[in-house]
Amino acid sequence: MTATAAAATKGRNAGRGTGLLSLFTLGATPSAAVRSGLQVASLLLPLLAWAAIASLGLVDEKFLPSPGAVFRSLASMAESGILFQDIVASTGRVFAGFLLATVLAVPIGICMGVYPAVCALCEPLIAMLRYMPAAAFIPLLIIYLGIGEEPKIALIFLGTIYFNILMVMDAVKFVPKELIETTLTLGGRSRQVLVQVVARYSMPSIIDTLRINIATSWNLVVVAELVAAEVGLGKRIQLAQRFFRTDQIFAELIVLGLIGFAIDMGFRLLLRLSCRWAV
Amino acid sequence: MELLVQNLSKRFGDKTVLEDINFSMQSGEFVTFVGSSGCGKSTLLRLIAGLDHPSSGRIHVDGSPVERPGPDRGMVFQKYSLYPWLNAADNVAFGMRLQGMTSADVRDRTAYFLEVVGLQEAATKLPRELSGGMQQRVAIARALATNPSVLLLDEPFGALDLQIRETMQDFLLKLWQRTGLTVLLITHDVEEALVLAQRVHVLAPNPGRIIRSLDVTLNKSDLDQLRLSSEFLQLRRSLATSLRQLEPTIG
Repeated sequence: MTATAAAATKGRNAGRGTGLLSLFTLGATPSAAVRSGLQVASLLLPLLAWAAIASLGLVDEKFLPSPGAVFRSLASMAESGILFQDIVASTGRVFAGFLLATVLAVPIGICMGVYPAVCALCEPLIAMLRYMPAAAFIPLLIIYLGIGEEPKIALIFLGTIYFNILMVMDAVKFVPKELIETTLTLGGRSRQVLVQVVARYSMPSIIDTLRINIATSWNLVVVAELVAAEVGLGKRIQLAQRFFRTDQIFAELIVLGLIGFAIDMGFRLLLRLSCRWAV
Repeated sequence: MELLVQNLSKRFGDKTVLEDINFSMQSGEFVTFVGSSGCGKSTLLRLIAGLDHPSSGRIHVDGSPVERPGPDRGMVFQKYSLYPWLNAADNVAFGMRLQGMTSADVRDRTAYFLEVVGLQEAATKLPRELSGGMQQRVAIARALATNPSVLLLDEPFGALDLQIRETMQDFLLKLWQRTGLTVLLITHDVEEALVLAQRVHVLAPNPGRIIRSLDVTLNKSDLDQLRLSSEFLQLRRSLATSLRQLEPTIG
């Protein structure tokens, strides 16, 4: 080995780093075992820290209940049926509002992505509406729709439809022009092109868009329930605050997180099953 | 079938992309257009396909003017030519299904055209599982399956490795000889244009216009030999010189 080659090798190794430092080398991929270890640690470390702080009594139990107390509170809510009732109420609102927003957003987004004229007509309006915070519509929604399920569903609808439209539109712009034109030369009509090629090609990105945006509706349902509701996970949190039941609040927060995580995984699964060609 | 192009011009804003193009071709002919990038050759093909409208002049297929794209003029692009979610057989069947052909017909014709391009083994493979050359063969089969009177090829092998490109040229020439297709192919590759075509038109840029047309009467029974024959090399040099003279002088 020549001196320059040796120096070059040394330089490369130095750049790659060893031990912990190697995890921060750009372009390097740690082994699968290391990655799953880190993923487990991501959840386990905060849990251990929480348990340690609680058991050492560093913080008043009124403010930070122990994991055990939270688990007991969760179990008693589950036993009484309240938890199930709350979950059904909250997820029902999320799915109703988000489904409505999706059913409208997908065709509108596709048309905006395909037809520049439709895009020019709709985009300025949507771009502005998007910046009006959905929560600011709550008073109006209560005036218009009362305090039943309707304003809650409407809030989730308003809070997600614009993002859905714009992100579907962006996804559609990635459909290769060649694929659309090939379809036309095969005798495809506009409708066939839109449904069988444009929508089909952008389906993976659309599913991913929905996966990201449903998180927003999960936020909004809690906001809606804080304002006016009989049941629901958000409502329960508010009631728990009134009685200083931080253990219940923690329990509800964990349930919210777990359901959100499950919905996310559901969308990932849907993507894998329906678009095997893209994953 | 007769494809007739008369006094065809195309302008985008101030820029004249094609000026006064005239040519015609008959059933069973293989015609190529060769030119460097920016000479308007893709625009010419798009106009014939009906994907774009001429600024002036006429394009007629069998006496009727071209107004919109249609399956009588099958087109194959250089890239993104296949539907990535459909396997090879469903890609071939796609155009026939768009037109509402009965499923029995679709099945028979799909099998037949997959065999024509030698890909019956790959019927259930997704595009991403096929090589670049195989993908282009599927795209050609799909265009043929709708029974076009002319096949329009837009640099169909331009994205392939050199070795594969020669194999594909042999494949396309044999396909043409065997089936009596009518093919209009555009390319920037002088050798490709000469190997394949009976007639070659040379396009010059700014504005795009035909500066030379020649009939190719070489013996094409063995393409490997043809590529090395002195007659071929001479023609190739002559065409390359025509194209090079159009380049702005350097230095």
